[in-house]
Amino acid sequence: MVVVGADTTESIKTIEFAKAFPDRLFQLGIAEPNMISVAAGLAAAGKIPFAATYSVFGSAHTYNVIRQNVAYTNLNVKIFCSHAGLTVGPDGATHQINEDIALMRGIPRMTVLVPADGPETAKCVDAAGAMKGPVYCRFSRTNVPTVTAAGDGFTIGMARVLRDGFDVTLIGCGIMVARCLEAAATLEKERISARVINLSTVKPLDLATIDRAARETGGIVTAEEHTVVHGIGAAVASAIAANHPVPIAMVGVQDVFGESGEAEELLHKYGLTAEKIVEGAHDVLKRRDR
Amino acid sequence: MVEVSEQLIAGLKKKAVTLRKHIIRMTHNAQSGHPGGSMSACDIVTALYFHVLRVDPSNPTWPDRDRFVLSKGHACPVWYAALAERGFFPVEELMTFRKLNSRLQGHPELGTTPGVENAAGAEGQGLSFSVGLALASRMDHKAWRTYCVLGDGEQDVGQTWEAAMAASKYGLDSLTAFIDRNGIQQEGRTEDIMPLEPLAEKWEAFNWHVLTIDGHDFRQILAAIEEAHRTRGRPTAVIARTVKGKGVSFMENKIKYHGAATSDDELKLALAELEAMEAAF
Repeated sequence: MVVVGADTTESIKTIEFAKAFPDRLFQLGIAEPNMISVAAGLAAAGKIPFAATYSVFGSAHTYNVIRQNVAYTNLNVKIFCSHAGLTVGPDGATHQINEDIALMRGIPRMTVLVPADGPETAKCVDAAGAMKGPVYCRFSRTNVPTVTAAGDGFTIGMARVLRDGFDVTLIGCGIMVARCLEAAATLEKERISARVINLSTVKPLDLATIDRAARETGGIVTAEEHTVVHGIGAAVASAIAANHPVPIAMVGVQDVFGESGEAEELLHKYGLTAEKIVEGAHDVLKRRDR
Repeated sequence: MVEVSEQLIAGLKKKAVTLRKHIIRMTHNAQSGHPGGSMSACDIVTALYFHVLRVDPSNPTWPDRDRFVLSKGHACPVWYAALAERGFFPVEELMTFRKLNSRLQGHPELGTTPGVENAAGAEGQGLSFSVGLALASRMDHKAWRTYCVLGDGEQDVGQTWEAAMAASKYGLDSLTAFIDRNGIQQEGRTEDIMPLEPLAEKWEAFNWHVLTIDGHDFRQILAAIEEAHRTRGRPTAVIARTVKGKGVSFMENKIKYHGAATSDDELKLALAELEAMEAAF
């Protein structure tokens, strides 16, 4: 295992890896396309490179390099990006990428992971390192409540049901999983039983778990810290449309850029809250029972 | 300097003509592809594949092989021709170039074509990829070397210079870059599209060991490679002055043949010229 970095090793903590293995971290400067291709070359010679930086640079700025040098080549490169989504906060829209899931899930051969919390991020590192082929994993800078346990199983390609329910299903990824659980608790008080699914693998999609949710609960709300254009909402919608169509509501960034602000302020302003998920559930139930 | 025999040079010259004939036939058969830049890089590729590279056609993924990376992916006809002549796959397969279900894609694909080491097509990624290879070779204390062929049009690409900085930062002396300086890119002369000169000085400023040679003179190509092998602590950039379309009179220095195949009549003329050259050996 080796790590390549792009002048962000301190803020995303890969510097800790360099402290343990000084010869195995390559600091390549503010040159992300080069960083990705160098990782590909290392992988071609048998290394397992983790390329890590901020999501906006590790996905959008390097898109065609990832496409040609990592995915088309099917090389064993693991792209782990922090600072995804609105919760980057005060840095503003230039740094708040809400489109990276859309970009990465469109690339053939790419595995796309969005862990819900710290323990799951660690499992993503292990699982990505253990599998062969390209991986893109994105997570947020902000603190998030821990919703998974260290002992929980984790398998790439498998969504986990965190809470069972029968009236509606809330499918979230990343920081929105905690908000789905919060929304489910609110719905329970209204005697609405909500299933909560942690969709930490966006690609390959766990079609069986999604299909079962559609059949058993009859309505779905998705929640993501990402644009609703080609994000997990779109992925789930196409899956259920092909198998068992049910009403769906998508909580996420509504095809707009973000702005400066504190993480919580931004989530509130852009509608990425438990309240919006509850509203989504009401909307889905209304449409289903019409 | 190691003695380079007349016999070796004659053999390489002859092989290069064979490769050029393949390039003309392949691109004619496909009625597409990039003959001009394949012909300009032909002598460099010939010298590498038929004298320098430690590769094993019967075991293309031998871990200790030297790595050849073609950054200017559009010139893959010369790569495929060299690989076929070197025995990586049958020569007959060359005629499937750019056809449906072929292992010989319009631009190189890793994992499909025996002997191909990288995917290229979008310009400017190959040198970075080579930096990764050279870092891995050093980490594992291996002797294998990395040779990367870049186009001069690729000198426009920012990533080429990102890679140049990284290679010199890490002092990658097992990395040799050839810049196929044919002076022509898709839409015209490089100096009109985006002036590159002074090019050698640019590479020197990036702290590379820089050599400028005639990219069609085998003695100079081999001497440059030998000097690169002797150079410690720095990667070597060989600026190879070449002629686009080299070897066929009516194609030489013509912008058109960057990305255009020969017509039926031109094919006959081109092959006649190359065969006359072959007969003279």
